[in-house]
Amino acid sequence: MPSHPHIATSEWTLDYPPFFAWFEYILSHVAKYFDQEMLNVHNLNYSSSRTLLFQRFSVIFMDVLFVYAVRECCKCIDGKKVGKELTEKPKFILSVLLLWNFGLLIVDHIHFQYNGFLFGLMLLSIARLFQKRHMEGAFLFAVLLHFKHIYLYVAPAYGVYLLRSYCFTANKPDGSIRWKSFSFVRLISLGLVVFLVSALSLGPFLALNQLPQVFSRLFPFKRGLCHAYWAPNFWALYNALDKVLSVIGLKLKFLDPNNIPKASMTSGLVQQFQHTVLPSVTPLATLICTLIAILPSIFCLWFKPQGPRGFLRCLTLCALSSFMFGWHVHEKAILLAILPMSLLSVGKAGDASIFLILTTTGHYSLFPLLFTAPGLPIKILLMLLFTIYSISSLKTLFRRSFTLVAQAGVQWHDLS
Amino acid sequence: MEKWHLMAIVVLIGLTVRWTVSLNSYSGAGKPPMFGDYEAQRHWQEITFNLPVKQWYFNSSDNNLQYWGLDYPPLTAYHSLLCAYVAKFINPDWIALHTSRGYESQAHKLFMRTTVLIADLLIYIPAVVLYCCCLKEISTKKKIANALCILLYPGLILIDYGHFQNIYNSVSLGFALWGVLGVSCDCDLLGSLAFCLAINYKQMELYHALPFFCFLLGKCFKKGLRGKGFVLLVKLACIVVASFVLCWLPFFTEREQTLQVLRRLFPVDRGLFEDKVANIWCSFNVFLKIKDILPRHIQLIMSFCFTFLSLLPACIKLILQPSSKGFKFTLVSCALSFFLFSFQVHEKSILLVSLPVCLVLSEIPFMSTWFLLVSTFSMLPLLLKDELLMPSVVTTMAFFIACVTSFSIFEKTSEEELQLKSFSISVRKYLPCFTFLSRIIQYLFLISVITMVLLTLMTVTLDPPQKLPDLFSVLVCFVSCLNFLFFLVYFNIIIMWDSKGGRNQKKIS
Repeated sequence: MPSHPHIATSEWTLDYPPFFAWFEYILSHVAKYFDQEMLNVHNLNYSSSRTLLFQRFSVIFMDVLFVYAVRECCKCIDGKKVGKELTEKPKFILSVLLLWNFGLLIVDHIHFQYNGFLFGLMLLSIARLFQKRHMEGAFLFAVLLHFKHIYLYVAPAYGVYLLRSYCFTANKPDGSIRWKSFSFVRLISLGLVVFLVSALSLGPFLALNQLPQVFSRLFPFKRGLCHAYWAPNFWALYNALDKVLSVIGLKLKFLDPNNIPKASMTSGLVQQFQHTVLPSVTPLATLICTLIAILPSIFCLWFKPQGPRGFLRCLTLCALSSFMFGWHVHEKAILLAILPMSLLSVGKAGDASIFLILTTTGHYSLFPLLFTAPGLPIKILLMLLFTIYSISSLKTLFRRSFTLVAQAGVQWHDLS
Repeated sequence: MEKWHLMAIVVLIGLTVRWTVSLNSYSGAGKPPMFGDYEAQRHWQEITFNLPVKQWYFNSSDNNLQYWGLDYPPLTAYHSLLCAYVAKFINPDWIALHTSRGYESQAHKLFMRTTVLIADLLIYIPAVVLYCCCLKEISTKKKIANALCILLYPGLILIDYGHFQNIYNSVSLGFALWGVLGVSCDCDLLGSLAFCLAINYKQMELYHALPFFCFLLGKCFKKGLRGKGFVLLVKLACIVVASFVLCWLPFFTEREQTLQVLRRLFPVDRGLFEDKVANIWCSFNVFLKIKDILPRHIQLIMSFCFTFLSLLPACIKLILQPSSKGFKFTLVSCALSFFLFSFQVHEKSILLVSLPVCLVLSEIPFMSTWFLLVSTFSMLPLLLKDELLMPSVVTTMAFFIACVTSFSIFEKTSEEELQLKSFSISVRKYLPCFTFLSRIIQYLFLISVITMVLLTLMTVTLDPPQKLPDLFSVLVCFVSCLNFLFFLVYFNIIIMWDSKGGRNQKKIS
């Protein structure tokens, strides 16, 4: 077990933090009741019907946590007085939007991963923050980070919000910070929680002096700016522009064909390469771009905190910014922005329209994940189902609210 | 939410379930030399495309009738021809004469599945949607829930998309449904045209022919046989004759052609029953081997008599008092009588009974749901043969949950809801203490469901004893047959004790 991060026997070696490794370890113990063969280290690309059955069932089983988290989130939603029918309540709409989320279905159950329960952990920590149980929320998020480090994308939002709204216990009447209300105790307790969780996860590897190896597996900067399938982010546009410019340059004889490297960015392989016309992008550059992108929302969260709803907005923006400017981003990372946005969408009409645009394009960008011919009708049907439902239900929800508000002649304001 | 959006979502859910079920294996996958009925469909495309019409139903060197010969009416053959043209456009190897026997590939499987989905989408699903929209006296939400439950009915999905035996059942059932729709909404001519198409697609639809005939005859009588009724009768006769002539045109040229087609459609020398089917004769065979004792023609006469005796009361009532509600219930009881007592019945003929039961789902949700569950269960041996355990369990549970939430069936078990009020009133004239009918029925439901679940578990986990290798299939058939007999009695009671065509029934909300 301790030697796991060391082995580079195949292309699918462990590249998630230690908690996930322990999770897989527990799974492997259950797996031996299903099929012994799949646990053989040298049995790469092994698949039998029983293996498939076991893995699919394990995903479905772990989704129980996701269902629980959705339930907790629905409790935090303000039940509006409009609409007596069950299917028109915001809680119902939110639970359908989360549980039947097309992206999650495709990625988890068809493409196969364990994102369900990880998103469950994130939604649960958000729900705890809404319910003012900040310590639990922080603890859950720390655990989540050690399951899958992609959640570092949204860590700034958590950090700033907890610092600002939890460590500073009171605000001045105009909403700005009251320095005297700083609670040292709370800060220490938060720090302790994070430290303990990290110690639990990284401790064994620290003791074995394998920390550098773990980090190099977790943050593989050698993998290149873009994944094999380009995530639809800013660097994809950047690459495309570079390609176009190089083609034009070749035609107009500005560039020497001998100087252009033969490796193409679209070859579908994961590798590092240089840009031809535009300056090459380094990991540091992407980090700076990301930081610049999340700065406005962080500032807002610090100077004008609007409670948990403001935190949620900041979280979504952090996820989106990291998606747009991050290094080696996967397409699936768009789910990190879509799922929290679902929580916002049932609150305000403006959020709902943004959500619809985000979710439709985000889900459409996940299409290349299912490339087999039988998968084509499935992804089209499921996409249509989700899109029609989300547009129709959100439209009905907010049309009613608008009509009621217009009739009452009341100023429309946020119910947070 | 707007009605059309909800309906679109329901249709999409139906399509998604169908396509995901179709991703499973099919009957006869990789099993030479005969393969399964998937191969039959492919072979029919080969035959109809390559041979002239006159040779389709005849045994010849090119067309070996023992190897999946055509045994459905001409419309199926035309449909196969159409699919063959599409197949030729994509890959001619699939239908090349002789050389394409046993052709199996991912692309071909996809093609066949797609043809089924398209046929379903064009014929069956619009009929269901239109039927649910035309239902009277129920709210929009209930109509849409009704459509969802009908589209989720597991039996049809598993047979058409999972089992692949005699696929395109949805086409013939869809045509029959268009027929019911037309006749119920007073477009009698279009309705009978649609039903004639259904019969010409699969001859099993003849199970439904008698109620159609009686209902239309009853309507003609009601309109007065001297005036409008007679005109209607003549028009209907013309439509029926014209549609049959149109479909059978190539085969009417010679007497031998017509006879040969009829011989292929009605193979009377196959015996009283084949395989294990939830039929009276098969269940009776457990105790007394009538299949071997009685000669063939006696068996024929016996089944004929029993069938007609059991369906006569309902049909006579329908002629005398034609009503839309009576028509639907008569469809159920007629088809059920045929299923239980007729000659050479296949397990999947239960689908012919399930369709009319789906139509009365909104009127007696509790009994209909129970019946539809039993009908899926009765096909268990067939589904297990094709390794469809997981899809059948999942679809059955989905269907059950959909029905329970849409209709809250467990609250609708009073006598009035079960439409047994008039019956129990009549019985109480002789037996004053007969008040516990609904409770009996609830207990029966519980026993039935528990038995079905137990039998399913036993069939899947245990091995049958050496001396009785078919033990579990026979048990399944026997239990289903008992259930069906109960339903036969129940539906007949409803029909006979129904007064004034149900117009004084309480409004069902």
